[in-house]
Amino acid sequence: MLLETFLATGLVLATPILLAALGELLVERSGVLNIGVEGVMLSGAFAAALAAWGSHSTTAGVLAAALTGTALALLFALATVRLGADQIVVGAALNLVALGVTGALYRAALGASGTALVLPTLAPLDVPLLRHAPILGKALFGQNALVYLGLCLTPLLAVLLRHTGLGLRLRALGDHPQAAASLGLPVRRDRILMLAVGGALAGLGGAALTLAATNTFVEGITAGRGFIALAVVVFGRWSAWGALGGALLFGLASALQFQFQAAALAIPYQLFLMLPYVLTLAVLLLPSGGGSAPRALGTRYDRE
Amino acid sequence: MRVLAPALVALGVATALAAVVAYVGGGSAGDAIRALVVGSVGSSSNVAATLLRATPLLLTGAAVMLAFKSGVFNIGAEGQFLVGALAATVVGTAPGPQFGRWLLALMAGALAGAIWAAIAAGFRIGRAVSEVITTILLNFVALYLVSYAVDGPLQEAARQYPQSDLLVDGAMLWRPIAGSRLHIGVALALIAAVLVGVLLSRTALGLRLRAAGSNAPAARLAGFPVLRDLTVAFALSGAIAGLAGAVEVTGVTGRLYERISPGYGYTAIAVALLGGLRSGGVIAAALFFAALSAGAGAMERSAGVSSVLVLAVQGATLLVIAMLNVSLLRRVGRGDASGSVER
Repeated sequence: MLLETFLATGLVLATPILLAALGELLVERSGVLNIGVEGVMLSGAFAAALAAWGSHSTTAGVLAAALTGTALALLFALATVRLGADQIVVGAALNLVALGVTGALYRAALGASGTALVLPTLAPLDVPLLRHAPILGKALFGQNALVYLGLCLTPLLAVLLRHTGLGLRLRALGDHPQAAASLGLPVRRDRILMLAVGGALAGLGGAALTLAATNTFVEGITAGRGFIALAVVVFGRWSAWGALGGALLFGLASALQFQFQAAALAIPYQLFLMLPYVLTLAVLLLPSGGGSAPRALGTRYDRE
Repeated sequence: MRVLAPALVALGVATALAAVVAYVGGGSAGDAIRALVVGSVGSSSNVAATLLRATPLLLTGAAVMLAFKSGVFNIGAEGQFLVGALAATVVGTAPGPQFGRWLLALMAGALAGAIWAAIAAGFRIGRAVSEVITTILLNFVALYLVSYAVDGPLQEAARQYPQSDLLVDGAMLWRPIAGSRLHIGVALALIAAVLVGVLLSRTALGLRLRAAGSNAPAARLAGFPVLRDLTVAFALSGAIAGLAGAVEVTGVTGRLYERISPGYGYTAIAVALLGGLRSGGVIAAALFFAALSAGAGAMERSAGVSSVLVLAVQGATLLVIAMLNVSLLRRVGRGDASGSVER
């Protein structure tokens, strides 16, 4: 039963990263680098907490997170795609704004009492029969809706990116926007669209954090998970399956850390926290076999 | 005007945000702003607090300025600051003779920062991986390294809190004014910020760095050793940010703990850009953000406005500058699109 719980917990902890990473994957494939995904995720987490706390409804929380994420991503799109501001700077700005605003609003609206906030939990949706399968039953078939969303989106996006015209078009935007534009593709519109979808997913990642993984909100609760999502995209060499692998690695490592703490083993917890970052650096050290970064990643696209 | 416009924007954003949150929190906007001003420059000790806050921002801001001007998108000043603080603590708490220990600590900090940044240089040159990604990753590695150090090998002898022992006296920076916490590192930071400007605009190395930053292919055609210069830019930028960490430990805190940086390395990006990537501007911007965070504490106490809002002000300022001044950064960090350098 220990293994079953471990796998289920790992998947719950992987989901916030996975959702944000799949969103960022789409964004980066279209040629945009949004390092503000940390801030978008944090805002989503806060919106989910605020809405779920106010309405006692997790559905409202999830919706609020997706909307907030989309709104912030559209702000990013306005500044970068429309006005041509630098993506890295705007992303960094977004992170600071999100940290400051959610912190201040949290203190003003939710944190006044000084006690920890307890939020309603996303209910698990059991898949009949399969739920009681050995070992993986609980992990794969007894989870909340957001876990299922991440697990279903992964193969969908993998197929979309590799085997459809839409995916080809998306990759063209990221690899050679000028060529894409010369074929009549609306580069800016499609990038904005991808940013909006990516923002919604990052927001949902935040909701998965506050409404499922932790059931509370504290200032700066994402604590770098958005950056891990960014790393996971690179780790997975810009593929959906790779993103799932990276997110699972992180989730399972975190779950393992809890187990080690429970067993009072003397491995410093900081080493576990460091692991996803070090592993990503190690993967980047390998010669890039297979997928590599979209060639126009992070660059401005000028119409002329 | 080019310098003034972003500053006015920043002030406007700061005032508006503080007012809104004071209102939401049920306080008065006027009280909030008054507290902000008094808390930052209202007395000599408040001015000193502002200067102390400005010092790490000056150094990390100068580090980011040097990097950005050289075509290096160093988002890693935070991590370089942290490993600098860590190295300075190792040197500053070690047994042995005390004479000149502060100098050794500062040098260790700069060296550690340089090495930390050079890792990102290696990834960009050897593996064509953008430093935007690697420096962010390295920031977190540095953060958990510090967290581990103060919880393990460097933890104080008393083993009570996750912090290091106090540095030996010889490792602490000189405090010239009796009764004031102002230390000589404040002057050092000012000088460093000016020197970075001089280096960039008045020396041959500076010319090459700027050439690599604004048009790498042309610099290569001109026969400049672009790859070597790029490595120098990473290392120098990292060294200055590492020095910032060392100065913070040897000048202000006297010991290492996990939260020693409230995000100086990220604010540094706002400082460098608000300062228009020029020395004078960076100094002004560092003082502005320092006054803001020094005043924010007072604002929180008297008007109930959260001090975390300072981060939002920094971010909003950065956002506005990025949108107003699109040309400032048009070519930074773009050897080619993947951040690599064509050979």
